[in-house]
Amino acid sequence: MSTLLDVRDLVKTFGVGEAETRVLRGLSLHLERGEMAALLGPSGSGKSTLLTILGTLMKPTSGQYRMLERDLIAADDRALTEFRNAHIGFVFQFHNLLPDFTALENVIFPTAVREGRETPQARARGRTLLARMGLADRIDFPSSKLSGGQKQRVAVARALMNSPELVLADEPTGNLDRVSAMQVMDLITQINRQEGTTFLISTHDEKIADLCQRQIVVGDGVVTG
Amino acid sequence: MLYALKIAARYLTANMAQTALLVVGVAVGVFIFIFMSALIGGLAQFILSRTVGDIAHVTIEAEPEDPAILIAPEGHVLVVTQRGRTRTASLAEAATWLPLIENVPGVKAVSPQITGAGFLTRGAQVAQVSVTGVEPGREAAILDLPGYMVEGRARMSSGLIVLGRELAEDLDLSLNQPLRLQSSEGVTAMLTLSGIFETGNGAIDGARAFVSLSTTRTLFAMPQGASRIEIKLFDLNAAGATAARIRSLTGLDAVPWTDGAEQLMEALDAQAQTGYFLKTFALITIVIGVASALLLSTYRRRPEIGIMRAMGAGRSFVVFVFVAQGALVGLMGGVMGAALGYLALLPFPPREAFEPGTLPMDITQGSYGLAITLTVIGAILASILPARSAARVDPVTAIGQ
Repeated sequence: MSTLLDVRDLVKTFGVGEAETRVLRGLSLHLERGEMAALLGPSGSGKSTLLTILGTLMKPTSGQYRMLERDLIAADDRALTEFRNAHIGFVFQFHNLLPDFTALENVIFPTAVREGRETPQARARGRTLLARMGLADRIDFPSSKLSGGQKQRVAVARALMNSPELVLADEPTGNLDRVSAMQVMDLITQINRQEGTTFLISTHDEKIADLCQRQIVVGDGVVTG
Repeated sequence: MLYALKIAARYLTANMAQTALLVVGVAVGVFIFIFMSALIGGLAQFILSRTVGDIAHVTIEAEPEDPAILIAPEGHVLVVTQRGRTRTASLAEAATWLPLIENVPGVKAVSPQITGAGFLTRGAQVAQVSVTGVEPGREAAILDLPGYMVEGRARMSSGLIVLGRELAEDLDLSLNQPLRLQSSEGVTAMLTLSGIFETGNGAIDGARAFVSLSTTRTLFAMPQGASRIEIKLFDLNAAGATAARIRSLTGLDAVPWTDGAEQLMEALDAQAQTGYFLKTFALITIVIGVASALLLSTYRRRPEIGIMRAMGAGRSFVVFVFVAQGALVGLMGGVMGAALGYLALLPFPPREAFEPGTLPMDITQGSYGLAITLTVIGAILASILPARSAARVDPVTAIGQ
């Protein structure tokens, strides 16, 4: 394995003066390529903030963040957007699909936005990914008409569309029933093993965490275990 | 950007009722714009046709001779010939210039004339008239005399005269009755009334007498040439340029109708300014409508914007999605409004058939292309603020909503 990302002394504060809240207090983290790690910790421990920073959606107040040997703290918004599109996938708790688009259109969005159009190659890969998620018969379904589990599988397919090195999943099963949750986790595990995609999964669920090779516990803004 | 256009179109079609209302709102604004353009343009056309439709658009008049100062051998002035007001000046070589002027681009008709003052006498009744001699066959060149005839015909043969209804009534004349015309040169001719016209203009109907050019040659002792050349143009707005061209070609003093019509031009200009204001207000309404609708859409779609940004869509992509929505709404509303405007103007008579008492709507002056173009530009400008607002959406906050 080789280093995928390296985070050192991350500090993130919100608000100023008396309202200032320090969410991350010098957090350091190292992830290898191909890892499947669970991010555990109580609510308010800083898990979501950490995922947001790792996903380049937010910059830390201070600290270092390198991924694929690039300094992401110094990068500007445009560079971060391109980097995010190419190398990072997201799976959110509430799937966050585009409601006016079909399952396939949602899946190929990351490629289409990069290419500026929906290419036949992107459509073909989107279909393949949806079929792999067990949604071959839902390709042209409006995303708003899918069930919760189906939506989350579409979200996983979308996260994998550009073959990212890292997929950040924030409570990906938190809104699903046990069966659907296990289906999603099976898919994630399968992809991690077969394609070597790195997953960092934020969860409160011990059973989900047990499916991961590594468990990272965050507490009070630092990694505690 | 093709993909951003697709997303913009999808957003618009996702809520058809809202989009339809927005497009109809824009269309109404464009309809008002087109309606005002056709009305103001038609009104100007109507006023111009009523005021200058029957006059020459360019006139060439002979310059009166300078006063002659006769110097005696000893250096004393013997006689000064005063410039005569009634004496008719002559364009001696008018016939030479006519073919040249007729070939000037934009010239519709040319009418060489001899004009002067005279007295019409019938029995004990006398009336002062302005006499115009026109060439037979050119009676309709400037003033559409045949079109205004109410009795008889506009024949300009030798020995015939055509008068306005008001003058004929003043002199108690009817068709084919004889009358005497004495010119300011003191020459008298016996003429027969061959036609009576009515233009609706008192200055013409009550004081103008039309005879043949040959008759005026005798009356005003002008065996050759003409006292003035009147020119009618296809486009009366081109009078200034055409007059300048004729001046440069012939050296004659060609004067456009706009010289001396400053008040009319100012009135038309003021009317046009009013039209611009009304059209501007219509455009402002469109801009405000589009901007408010898109701002609302931006607010409603904040979570989706956040997702797009998280998936790697740049700020410029988001801006383009919303600007494209504005452009599409502007284009659809513009085309619909222009089509509605055109259809609404169809029942109105064409500009050639404007009647007093009706709205002089000129369908050809609807400014359809301009209305659509300005609407699209206005809608794009209106969408910039919502688009910038959308591009500034914080994806973390938006996704969490």
